[in-house]
Amino acid sequence: MSYSININGADHSVEAEGDTALLWVLRDVLGMTGTKFGCAMALCGACTVHLDDRPVRACTLPLSAAVGKRVRTIEGAATEKISAGLMAAWLELEVVQCGYCQPGQIMSATALLADKPNPSDDDIDHAMSGNICRCGTYQRIRAAIKHAATHLAAGGASSAVAGGVTSGVAHGVK
Amino acid sequence: MIHPVTSRRVFIQASAAVGGGLLLSLMLPQRVRAGGVAANSGAADAAAGASFMPNAFIRIGRNGPITLIVHMVEMGQGTFTSLPMLIAEELEVDLAQIVVEAAPPDDKLYTNPINGMQATGTSASIRAAWEPLRQCGAIARTLLITAAAKLWRVEEHTCHAYKGTVVHSASGRSVRYQSLGDAAAKLPVPSAVALKARKDFKLIGTPAKRVDAKDKVLGKTLFGIDARVVGMKFAAVAICPEFGAKLRPIDDAAALKVPAVRQVIQLGDAVAVVADHTGAARKGLAALQLYWDAGPNAATNSAAIATQIAAASTGGKAVVANKIGDVAGALVHAASRFEQVYELPFLAHAPMEPMNCSVHVRADACDIWVGSQVQTRAQAEAARITGLPLAAVKLHSLFIGGGFGRRLEIDNITLAVRIGQQVNGPVNVLWSREEDIQHDFYRPYYHNQVWVGLDSHGMPLTWRHRVTGSSVLARWDPPSFKNGLDDDAVDSAAGPPYGFPNVLLEFVQCEPPGIATGWWRGVGSTHNVFIVESVMDELALAAKVDPLEYRRRLLKGAPRALAVLEKAAAMAEWGKPLPARSGRGISVEFAFGTYVATILQVAVTSGGEVKVEWVVCAVDCGVIVNPDTVRAQIEGGTIFGLTAALFNEITLANGRVDQSNFNDYRMLRMLEAPEVKVHLIESAEAPGGIGETGTAAVAPALTNAIFAATGVRLRKLPVAAHDLRAI
Repeated sequence: MSYSININGADHSVEAEGDTALLWVLRDVLGMTGTKFGCAMALCGACTVHLDDRPVRACTLPLSAAVGKRVRTIEGAATEKISAGLMAAWLELEVVQCGYCQPGQIMSATALLADKPNPSDDDIDHAMSGNICRCGTYQRIRAAIKHAATHLAAGGASSAVAGGVTSGVAHGVK
Repeated sequence: MIHPVTSRRVFIQASAAVGGGLLLSLMLPQRVRAGGVAANSGAADAAAGASFMPNAFIRIGRNGPITLIVHMVEMGQGTFTSLPMLIAEELEVDLAQIVVEAAPPDDKLYTNPINGMQATGTSASIRAAWEPLRQCGAIARTLLITAAAKLWRVEEHTCHAYKGTVVHSASGRSVRYQSLGDAAAKLPVPSAVALKARKDFKLIGTPAKRVDAKDKVLGKTLFGIDARVVGMKFAAVAICPEFGAKLRPIDDAAALKVPAVRQVIQLGDAVAVVADHTGAARKGLAALQLYWDAGPNAATNSAAIATQIAAASTGGKAVVANKIGDVAGALVHAASRFEQVYELPFLAHAPMEPMNCSVHVRADACDIWVGSQVQTRAQAEAARITGLPLAAVKLHSLFIGGGFGRRLEIDNITLAVRIGQQVNGPVNVLWSREEDIQHDFYRPYYHNQVWVGLDSHGMPLTWRHRVTGSSVLARWDPPSFKNGLDDDAVDSAAGPPYGFPNVLLEFVQCEPPGIATGWWRGVGSTHNVFIVESVMDELALAAKVDPLEYRRRLLKGAPRALAVLEKAAAMAEWGKPLPARSGRGISVEFAFGTYVATILQVAVTSGGEVKVEWVVCAVDCGVIVNPDTVRAQIEGGTIFGLTAALFNEITLANGRVDQSNFNDYRMLRMLEAPEVKVHLIESAEAPGGIGETGTAAVAPALTNAIFAATGVRLRKLPVAAHDLRAI
């Protein structure tokens, strides 16, 4: 079957069965590997993407359910104000360790701040407890969400993600 | 041109880099294990005047950034930042001026001397690299300064290095390192270089930003699971559910009917379904009817294993691991005696990135894409299976989405290569979460007997501890397992930090059937600190002494341990009154060369639910390279240890692991995660390890706090297995 889905503002024609989890379409068919696999049971949040601006777990969302809707992934997040603010806060507070769960964390946090620009601790707990971090970065995630909320409220869309970090890492896949 | 030099600690050589410039190689002090691998090239070959060697820690080309090569892998612990910091400090470059590259597998060049091979583990990266990598940077800097001085025909001492340039202040001239590499490579390497004094450090000791963070928040970082090459297929696997079971021949028609499924591969102990994407592969796998012939472990269950290990503890052959004074003789003078048993469960690692490995096996070559803590073992395993020479196996070392010891094993590589041998093209072999949890190398189940003889003040006169369980070392590194003793299994048992006058520490190896055991974050220390610090609280209670005060009395001769304890106690406001069913608990440890005191507070509801309200940790890990990384490791390591202590145990029924996913092997989540406050003690001592210390320290602090809150002493983990309801 061929499906057309809109991801990060661009239409993609995809050859796959309609019951294929969106996660595999993104990662394996389209090569967008920023969205991660963790459990395939919507238990860990590593695969969190947005469907019409709401956070969903791509590991259990059938491809057919994404047709006609807007899918947003981590690859398209940096150009959005809230996500960019969160990414800047993530870097400012050095949230990441292994980093594997962090795209999902940022997608969940983006949906939270879109809904509640000034979240309480309970709001954060409620919105973020579907995302597991095995490295245990929770307290920094909580602090980074608050940090981003403050800066976004002050109108400060950060450019830290675009140019703040200049050193890099050479990847092994060539 | 190659100019080798052997100094006291390191072997370093300078040579011309491909494309011009300077390349510095460094050989760490050797302790290559029998199972180690020497690959492709080596310093010995180079020293003999053989061909140019493209492996190094520093590469300065004529153009572009300076490349620092990291031989240990990045799995979240920060090595890709902290190891380059050691070189950059002496090389006089900013982290912003460098790029970091993962080293290829090579035990000759890249052995971590603490681990005896190119292995990232035992919290040993900084400990092992502290001097050699700084020397490497200092020698490069010296060569570059010499090259500049020759260029300008001035005295070397009138030049200095500054942010990737050599500067001649008197004349105001400066030149970039990139312009000096060709000349520097022709110079003899100095036989000795002075390392900077600590007061002159510009980078070491600062919270430098992680070089891997930006790509990670953008989702650009490539983990092993993310390897993608043209023509790649995707495999889902089912591995025999019982150790030693066999897969009966299967009818693969149902899987092959699934659109996009290309192939079903039967391996006897596993089956793989290969498809155009993982979704189809998983669907194909689910469509198969799998029948396993039960092996010898079909009846294995947890209760039987616990009984077996307990029996071995009382009746098995005990090997003496440590003996101080005369326990039997001193026991005669004991005013009272304490005897207790503590048990710790099997644990899975469950890293967020499930096990995986991508391979492309051809007749004459093999590529592997994986995040592995043991790059050389990974490469050697692919060579062993394919029969190819090591040089024909190319390992692409990718980021690790959580290691915790799981990726010190190579079973994912074994399976992927066996599958890859039957696939025409590259294949990404991905385990489900269920396969990941049910086919782990588990933290061993340990049975511990402790006997303490006490003086008239209730202080330990004799300390005897017998550890019984599987030896990971005996399987993982047989040459290090000598005379029946696993020195890791008894690590951190019987002190330090405590200096008991009479000690008898014993180990009994007992290998349970049907379950594989492996390294788990904190290794021996994680289990032994739980025993020692649980006993401390029990002895304090018996002596009617406050647990903090009891430890103080025993740590009079251990100033660093006492300092972390006092600091943590002050942070915790120890002694401040608490409401009913709330309590605080302490632990102190010396592990991986680092002292940690952890104190936490719990509230236990009348329904028996444990809420950890906060955690404080005081840490003395010697000289600190990156304080923010140290904090992060203590924060995260504490959460990792709390998760296991609260919730986790792997159990077996009918030879199969009962747990399968995050529903029944559950993780601490945001709403349950306490804040972990960390205080770092200023220290000039040699650097200690940090990645595992937080994990090792927290479990006894938790159970001691639960005792303080409820009066219930937990001698068996996890906490969730106990009924803590108010009576």
